[in-house]
Amino acid sequence: MSLRIGIDIGSTTVKVVVLDKDNKLLFRSYERHFSKTRERACETLHSIENRFRGQAVKLVITGSAGLGVAKAAGIDFVQEVYATAAAVRQYYPDTDAVIELGGEDAKIIFFGGALEERMNGSCAGGTGAFIDQMATLMNVTVNELDALSLKHEKIYPIASRCGVFAKSDIQPILNQGGRKEDVAASIFQAVVDQTVAGLTQGRELKGKIVFLGGPLHFLYGLRERFVDTLKLDGAHAVFPEDGDCFAGIGAALCAGEYAQRPFEAFLKLLEESVDAKTTVDTMPPLFAGKEEYAAFLARHNANRPPQTDIRTYSGPAWLGIDAGSTTTKMTLINAGGGLLYTYYHSNQGNPVAIVLEQLREIYRLCGDRISIQGAAVTGYGEDLIKNAFQCDLGLVETVAHYNAAAHFNPDVDFIIDIGGQDMKCFKIRNGAVDSIMLNEACSSGCGSFIETFAKALGYNISDFSKLGLFSPRPVNLGSRCTVFMNSSVKQAQKDGASVEDISAGLSISIVKNAVYKVIRAASADDLGQHIVVQGGTFLNDAVLRAFEQELGREVTRPTIAGLMGAFGAALAARNLHLERSALLDAAALDAFSHSAKPVTCGLCTNHCSLTVNQFDGGRKFISGNRCSRPLGQEKTQLPDLMQYKYKKLRSLQGEGEGDGSRGRIGIPFGLNMYENLPFWFTFFTKLNFEVVLSPESSRKLYLKGQRTIPSDTVCYPAKLLHGHVEALVEAGVDAIWYPCMSYNNDEGIGDNHYNCPVVAYYPELLAANVPSLKQTRFLDPYVGLWRHKDFSKRMVKYMAEQFSIPAKETKEAVKAAYTAYEFYMDGIQETGQEYIDYARAHDLPIIVVCGRPYHIDPEINHGINDLITGFGFVLVTEDALSHLEGYAPRKVLNQWTFQSRMYNAARYVCTQEDMQVIQLVSFGCGTDAITTDELRDILEQGGKLYTQLKIDDISNLGAVKIRVRSLMAAMDARSLSVEKESDQRKLS
Amino acid sequence: MAELVYDETGRLLFTKEMKEEYTLLMPQMLPIHFGMMARLLEREGFRVETLNTSGKSIVDAGQKYVHNDTCYPALLVIGQLIDAIQSGKYDVHKVGLLITQTGGGCRASNYIHLLRKALIKAGLEFVPVVSVNLSGLEKNPGFRLSIPFLRKAVFAMMYGDIIVQTANQVRPYEVTPGQTDHTIEDCMSRLLEGMDRGDGLSYKSMCRNFKWIVQAFKDIPVQGAPKVRVGVVGEIYIKYSPLGNNNLEEFLLSEGAEPVVPGLTDFIIFKIYNRDVDVDLYGGLWLKQKICRIFENYVKKCQKAMIAAIQAGGFRAPGTFDDLHRLIQGYLGDGNKMGEGWLLTAEMLELIHSGTPNIVCTQPFGCLPNHIVGKGMIRKLKDDYPNSNIVAIDYDPGATKINQENRIKLMLANARALSNESAPALQPDRVPMEV
Repeated sequence: MSLRIGIDIGSTTVKVVVLDKDNKLLFRSYERHFSKTRERACETLHSIENRFRGQAVKLVITGSAGLGVAKAAGIDFVQEVYATAAAVRQYYPDTDAVIELGGEDAKIIFFGGALEERMNGSCAGGTGAFIDQMATLMNVTVNELDALSLKHEKIYPIASRCGVFAKSDIQPILNQGGRKEDVAASIFQAVVDQTVAGLTQGRELKGKIVFLGGPLHFLYGLRERFVDTLKLDGAHAVFPEDGDCFAGIGAALCAGEYAQRPFEAFLKLLEESVDAKTTVDTMPPLFAGKEEYAAFLARHNANRPPQTDIRTYSGPAWLGIDAGSTTTKMTLINAGGGLLYTYYHSNQGNPVAIVLEQLREIYRLCGDRISIQGAAVTGYGEDLIKNAFQCDLGLVETVAHYNAAAHFNPDVDFIIDIGGQDMKCFKIRNGAVDSIMLNEACSSGCGSFIETFAKALGYNISDFSKLGLFSPRPVNLGSRCTVFMNSSVKQAQKDGASVEDISAGLSISIVKNAVYKVIRAASADDLGQHIVVQGGTFLNDAVLRAFEQELGREVTRPTIAGLMGAFGAALAARNLHLERSALLDAAALDAFSHSAKPVTCGLCTNHCSLTVNQFDGGRKFISGNRCSRPLGQEKTQLPDLMQYKYKKLRSLQGEGEGDGSRGRIGIPFGLNMYENLPFWFTFFTKLNFEVVLSPESSRKLYLKGQRTIPSDTVCYPAKLLHGHVEALVEAGVDAIWYPCMSYNNDEGIGDNHYNCPVVAYYPELLAANVPSLKQTRFLDPYVGLWRHKDFSKRMVKYMAEQFSIPAKETKEAVKAAYTAYEFYMDGIQETGQEYIDYARAHDLPIIVVCGRPYHIDPEINHGINDLITGFGFVLVTEDALSHLEGYAPRKVLNQWTFQSRMYNAARYVCTQEDMQVIQLVSFGCGTDAITTDELRDILEQGGKLYTQLKIDDISNLGAVKIRVRSLMAAMDARSLSVEKESDQRKLS
Repeated sequence: MAELVYDETGRLLFTKEMKEEYTLLMPQMLPIHFGMMARLLEREGFRVETLNTSGKSIVDAGQKYVHNDTCYPALLVIGQLIDAIQSGKYDVHKVGLLITQTGGGCRASNYIHLLRKALIKAGLEFVPVVSVNLSGLEKNPGFRLSIPFLRKAVFAMMYGDIIVQTANQVRPYEVTPGQTDHTIEDCMSRLLEGMDRGDGLSYKSMCRNFKWIVQAFKDIPVQGAPKVRVGVVGEIYIKYSPLGNNNLEEFLLSEGAEPVVPGLTDFIIFKIYNRDVDVDLYGGLWLKQKICRIFENYVKKCQKAMIAAIQAGGFRAPGTFDDLHRLIQGYLGDGNKMGEGWLLTAEMLELIHSGTPNIVCTQPFGCLPNHIVGKGMIRKLKDDYPNSNIVAIDYDPGATKINQENRIKLMLANARALSNESAPALQPDRVPMEV
């Protein structure tokens, strides 16, 4: 047999392997290709040309970016997972499973029995690329990240589904003083969870597992997380010496079946293909030439605040701090808004240290001439910085940005801010922030994404973005979540696009993402007439140009675009009109000290991950809490209908009024059981069953069932069910009752009364995917509750078949069950009314939370209700109000009962002065793609604000707080303008 | 110019006047079936155009005018329609849009509403939208489908299915490239001409037509060894529409596989059966059930004739609806009806049973019913049929072709390995003849 060569061209690296006839490794390489895949492969082959020239070889290409190269060169291709399996079979024949992580792919191969291979879906994002991104975020190299992780003490929960989610989880932890070591390990844990959850799909990872691919080869922290999580011992966790190029080895092994040629013939094929270009989807250039660029620069640079020299100025000054997600910004202004001092820098994961250093510098420059009369802080790190340095005011980012924008353009009606990690846009109506759009976890990535890409391609960010300015053919990379863009870039690289074209394409993508994904604008007029753009990302001229091109209109970018939050905060500080700021003075700064410790709060079932910040002089600041109890204060509780319902439902277990003699029936506490439990509880207890309710949802319960989730893009409320039924099996119930329900109750307020497909059929999915259900009786018949008589008839038959229960008993139980359900619903409506009366008696504003019944689960809403009542609102829910409005035609098909309730509740809110709506939306909820627009329409036409909170498996209350606080600010502004109007009316 | 007339709910109607002046645009899904439908509508006096457009501008229009979290088919269908209107090719005041409306608990029932919202957003609210449905949902004075037309439509669907089923078995082996597609054109013309004369619109004449259609494809010279067969199932639009699935069938052919795509007839019977079985599950009028059954049985009878004709021609025939329904027992209940419901899983089972264990299960990203009936059933199928080789592929504007193709290639590599291991079991029933 001849020599065999395998070339594995991955998303970031090229691996070349040469095997001799005895499968001995003659040569191996592992090199980054910086998007020059063909060239890199050729170079490597050249380097070994002398050794193999003239020999007949068999060569095969594999790898995710190898397909195009193979096609262009006319060389055979084998699929990379298939190649890897071949190599593992050769060297570790008793392997049970392989876990391979690459630059962007995650794969699991199951051996034993039938071979099963899994690759990450298009949602799961990259792994190597993800770790790169996270390292950039923490301002360390990947190797440093690895070293840090090995010294961790605790693991934070970080979203494991998609890389971009994780960023928004990590940022608050860092900003609130979490240890870098812990975060590093948590990042690796997220990769592990993502792989295990996303790829096992019901098949257990056990036995001997071989770990392959670059990240697992080089990162010991990542290895440790895998071994720990899967509870493997040394004999069962194999990390092969050449684990980084196993796919290459496999390709070489597979090459035996393919064509043989002289070595140099293959090299020639590859070389000649280097220039072959396939078509790339391109767009018009950003600038036609240098002159156009110069005019563009001149126009924007005119928006400049006056500069005042801090060395000569004397008088009062005001400080604004924007402790953003990746950067810290500070401005010091005089009374006229003139800039005395500015600062913009990456916070390197430790905003406190940066602010401390800068404050010292400011005090030094100020000397005795300048007195700081007020200091305000905004941004993610607001609470921490405010407490650390005793700032006078903390304000929500949206308001800070509006202050600043209005300073440059008093008529501003739309503001868009793209920062390193997040994107905020909002409209200004009647002098208040309105319609906030934040990039929800899946489309974030913004500025730091370009940065990571620049680094991956070997450039720094500013050089990289400048490259794109004059690209003749920017690549069209699509406009979705940035993780998808990784693959788009991969494809463009494959097709031979230049770095310039990719750079321009990335800038345009970010803009498209903002306009179509976050704002969802159909035209420039949707945004406004006077648009102000801000945020560090807009300092990138390519992005700014792309934005103007996309909207077809000129916008305002102040020269201090990156400092607008801080500038707005400074303006707010000025408007406090204080005599003297409480900000720590120079002397106090000398004594300043800060340490942070992670703690898990044990005061309630929320188990908040707290960070306890200790400052000098015994000052303390606790973050990460949802209520005031860990701060040593009693939980103050305003009426909260979510809590009312939750307590009512949890009490529905046990024997009820029966004697439990027919056995124990388990009911999983999830999805539509939050609606129907009162019905089933009464039904079964009346029949003398004992009802066993599954435990309260928790992250632990979720993890218990995680490995049996077949579709990783389904909503979190559904995913939780896996843990619930497993817990019931463990509880040893006699049967589990979880019926399929295509139809919900008909409340006469919609065009139909369906459940969504997931709610309707999840029981059948559980039956097919949760192996432990085979140990129990899992009852999931189709039932319809809305036709009372028909239901009764069918239940009589069913209960007789299943439990030999006499017809009469079942009939009575059905009757009692309907009564109990009605009683429960009446209770919600009556209690809702009581809460409203309470609010009115105490002059409190009311928030109507519109969601699904299961959104009251604290593990699903992450304590949003506590947050809302904590801000001084009385909380009621949609089901308490929906009966107050009748049927009305909608612009969408109004066919789901739960969703119909939201429309009706919103219509009712429009008639009530003291109510506002907050809509809860579970990530991945398909029906809410339809309801959100409709609900917004209803509310805006009724003169109300629309606030949407997207929730997922990870509790990131940061974004929630921004929205709720902005809503409050907008409500204040509205009532202020109403007052003004009535004052004016009185005057005239 | 036709006057804009609205009904009492404010919906813009398609008037009789419009029928004279307007061109109706129709999104593409199944090129053969829809092509015949369009030509049938033309014969009813409508000006109809099926949109065979493709390209980035469709997705762009979709993303611009439809909520981006809505499913991909909505984005494409609406994007294709709006893109066409804005292309400058038509007088925007003389076009109307045709869109189907199924009803049912899936998001798909909302397409027509999302289309209207999108038109308003695009400043095209004066463009009438016509719902094509069998449920009597929205009515339009200018678009009334006569009973004879509906009969023609049903037969057109049957003809579409038999053509696709037989053509798919010939195309991978044709000696003269393009001959199969050419034959399809010929068959369609001949059928439509016949329909005009009133021929082919009875059960008997349909059976006669089946015979010569099958013969036409049988006559195409073929060559080569049997190829690996790959079944395609999934959400209906993504499964069939080349625009939706990035030309999946073409890709499979280029990879040396033979695509096996279950037809539309089962879906039609499935939708009728759902109404029938709802009465059993939840109660309701027996008369309604009776009417459903009459209709259901008629289409079933047609399906049986089609299967017989395919078999008589020596081709591999799909199972009947009742076969599929038998196979699904123990997997999903009869009530699972949203989207493709239990039929999707049943199709996978039928493919596995008929020697096509290699399957691409297609769906839009985040497709709600497919969480259950697609991805949710693969695990159990693998347990019960260890040789099943199913890959689930998500389609959306951000998913790249390379990623999808790579995953399909993995499935194909597995398929080849499987067929080497158990070659005899995977032999197709009809071995193409060497020429």
